[in-house]
Amino acid sequence: MPEYETFEHDVLVIGAGGAGLRAAIEASAAGVRVGLVCKSLLGKAHTVMAEGGIAAALANVDERDNWKVHFADTMRGGQYVNQWRMAELHAKEAPDRVRELEAWGAVFDRTKDGRILQRHFGGHKYPRLAHVGDRTGLEMIRTLQDHGVHQGIDVYMEHTVLSLLKDGDRVVGAFGYERERGRFKIFRAKAVVLATGGIGRAYKITSNSWEYTGDGHTLAYNAGADLIDMEFIQFHPTGMVWPPSVMGILVTEGVRGEGGILTNKEGRRFMFDAIPGNYRAQTADNEEEGWRYCQGAKDARRPPELLTRDHVSRCIVHEIKEGRGSPHGGVFLDISWIKQKLPNAAEHIKRKLPSMYHQFKQLADIDITEQPMEVGPTTHYIMGGVHVDPDTQMSRVPGLFAAGECAAGINGANRLGGNSLSDLLVFGKRAGEFAAKFAKENSLGKIDDGRIESVAREALAPFERRDDENPYQMQKDLQDTMQDLVGIVRNESEMREALEKIDDLKKRAERAAVTGNREYNPGWHTALDLKNLLTVSGAITLAALERKESRGAQFRDDYPDKNEQFAKVNTMIAKATDGSMQVRLEPLPEMPDHLKRVIEENR
Amino acid sequence: MATATFRIWRGDANGGEFHDYTAEVAEGMVVLDAVHDIQRTQAPDLACRWNCKAGKCGSCSAEVNGMPKLMCMTRLSELPLEKPVTIEPMKAFSTLKDLVTDVSWNFSVKKTIKPFKPRPPDAADGTWRMQQEDIDRVQEFRKCIECFLCQDVCHVLRDHQMHERFIGPRFLIHVAALEMHPLDTEDRIEELRNKQGIGYCNITKCCTKVCPENIEITDNGIIPLKERVVDDFYDPFGWIWRWLKKKSNS
Repeated sequence: MPEYETFEHDVLVIGAGGAGLRAAIEASAAGVRVGLVCKSLLGKAHTVMAEGGIAAALANVDERDNWKVHFADTMRGGQYVNQWRMAELHAKEAPDRVRELEAWGAVFDRTKDGRILQRHFGGHKYPRLAHVGDRTGLEMIRTLQDHGVHQGIDVYMEHTVLSLLKDGDRVVGAFGYERERGRFKIFRAKAVVLATGGIGRAYKITSNSWEYTGDGHTLAYNAGADLIDMEFIQFHPTGMVWPPSVMGILVTEGVRGEGGILTNKEGRRFMFDAIPGNYRAQTADNEEEGWRYCQGAKDARRPPELLTRDHVSRCIVHEIKEGRGSPHGGVFLDISWIKQKLPNAAEHIKRKLPSMYHQFKQLADIDITEQPMEVGPTTHYIMGGVHVDPDTQMSRVPGLFAAGECAAGINGANRLGGNSLSDLLVFGKRAGEFAAKFAKENSLGKIDDGRIESVAREALAPFERRDDENPYQMQKDLQDTMQDLVGIVRNESEMREALEKIDDLKKRAERAAVTGNREYNPGWHTALDLKNLLTVSGAITLAALERKESRGAQFRDDYPDKNEQFAKVNTMIAKATDGSMQVRLEPLPEMPDHLKRVIEENR
Repeated sequence: MATATFRIWRGDANGGEFHDYTAEVAEGMVVLDAVHDIQRTQAPDLACRWNCKAGKCGSCSAEVNGMPKLMCMTRLSELPLEKPVTIEPMKAFSTLKDLVTDVSWNFSVKKTIKPFKPRPPDAADGTWRMQQEDIDRVQEFRKCIECFLCQDVCHVLRDHQMHERFIGPRFLIHVAALEMHPLDTEDRIEELRNKQGIGYCNITKCCTKVCPENIEITDNGIIPLKERVVDDFYDPFGWIWRWLKKKSNS
């Protein structure tokens, strides 16, 4: 076997967004040697794109808020198939994680009495999102990055992991390559934390960058971990729809939190037309009440634009299908109307939503203080991912931990806006803490040279081929398939067709050919990432077929209603011994009575 | 559909040359779209960095028609398409491949800047109180997306290659954000003068002009820092104060 450069750490963290950085900081604080591998430069991960805020029941703006309300909101938003223990830990620990960011230098917007300001967001009963204008993710990742670089963490930027390495049942490292020269590297570790984010590149219209190819999901699946809830993909209701080149770019829910309204081409606020039963008591029944809510009136209920993302996305799709959409195939999102209500509305909008103002002005020639935006759903987030122990974040594979978007359980069938950033912090910290503990209790394992050789050979194969399968084209074909056949509205026959197409693409991917050399070669990287995208696409489709009902983010027109039988189960995907992908249903863990009461009290 | 010619620099640290590619131009397209299109159809190994495609991550910095720009925020409709659009890597850093430069120096500079050190919490629950008007300036600096275009255009780095003696506008703004943070108690003024080379900046404001976040780098950040350096080092009372402080510490 050729000599590959080898690095040794106690804990190896893969991914340097919010969860990965937080995990690395925590593990390092526990006194172990930490390596942090990331596909891009440090500070560029998808966390930087998060806009609206971090959900935490600080009760700075409304003193009625507390962890119980946050817990109940999260469970309701997830249609009660969440892992209750994760939702509980998240709601209890998020406030401390936010305060900790402030101690590390984050500068959140302030209340009049000088505390961290919180804003309204969809599905949260009280104003709960700590924020910095509409660039909260940047503030968070920069704070973690600037704190982290002084903690003695070894950072490997622009490195991609191809495979986890195992010694018996246990994960003992990872094998990957660096982009700059294309050289392979071995990372030995006593524990590995996956924090690789999502799968958005499996879809044509997405707010996600090139990085989000389901790497952590696939690495874990191939190493023997379970994937849970893979059918639940969040289509964020408001992505840009025009011009074509920006289709899918996120428009923050903060626009609606600040009073933005959704209208169809007839000017009607269609969100008032379909308020779901379990939210009716909490939702405004007239426009004035909705506006007062956004202005902080405590006796007012939320406007229907701030219902959960799954519901708002479906309502938008419905309007478009009924022919009441906007000229470029979306609906209108209007914040400029608040000038009827506020003096200096234009200044107010620019201050509260500076990057939205900037984004539309520069990319679409739209002045959002004067004109409505055109928006439509965009693939944003996957609720499903690596099944982990709620307290330790360890998967069923010893030594393999996961946190953030690539882990799953807290969000159930639909994630509330703002719960992702807090999830990254709460479970990033826990993953780092318990990975460090595991590392202290275990030694480095044996590296399987044969495994490394076969991964290396497979990775280099595209350079040897002279076939004409272009990895970019295959990625595009997969994106079209998933968008059209496993999108917002699903059914059995289309998903069966998708599985056939995915199988066909897997065969084509075996013939992927690339030109050029190994140095910073995006064609090659696309060919390698494609395998992960195909794995998660298969998992999403299988899980979506298995859940024969509509719940949260999964809507099936062949099973348009909720089914009690599926209210009690999660889907699980695992790799069988023969290498095939298997799906099964697992009963939800039993929720303790005191938490059931919390949910009842907050109905 | 209309087409345009994109003259893209291809090569590595050992040198390279411009290659012309023709791509279709659609409504609303940005330079990064054209680069992606060329990657997909003509040059699959064309190297460039990108992530968010919305001006938020600062990955796709390059020089478009000679101007330091984020490729994702530069609309083709703003460029004269009757002649080739040139796209080349940032010049203040060495090239790794094609449009990708070695920006690692920036990450090592940041490590040398003293981190945030807050005063003890104001409230019993471990939290602080700050007024919004006291943090507006710091928030302006913290908008920085670390695209390093300001570093690219700064003549001290670009023309004089003084990377060893000058930290550049990005990190002067980073220091300013720390120094003006209402909770911070650290003192970074001596390093600013002696190690970080603030004196080399002669306020040509090129950095401010290229900042995609419209941060007033020079007026709001660097000039106030220069004033603090002057106050500390050239004001006789300041000098005596530092001398006494040093004496009492020794």
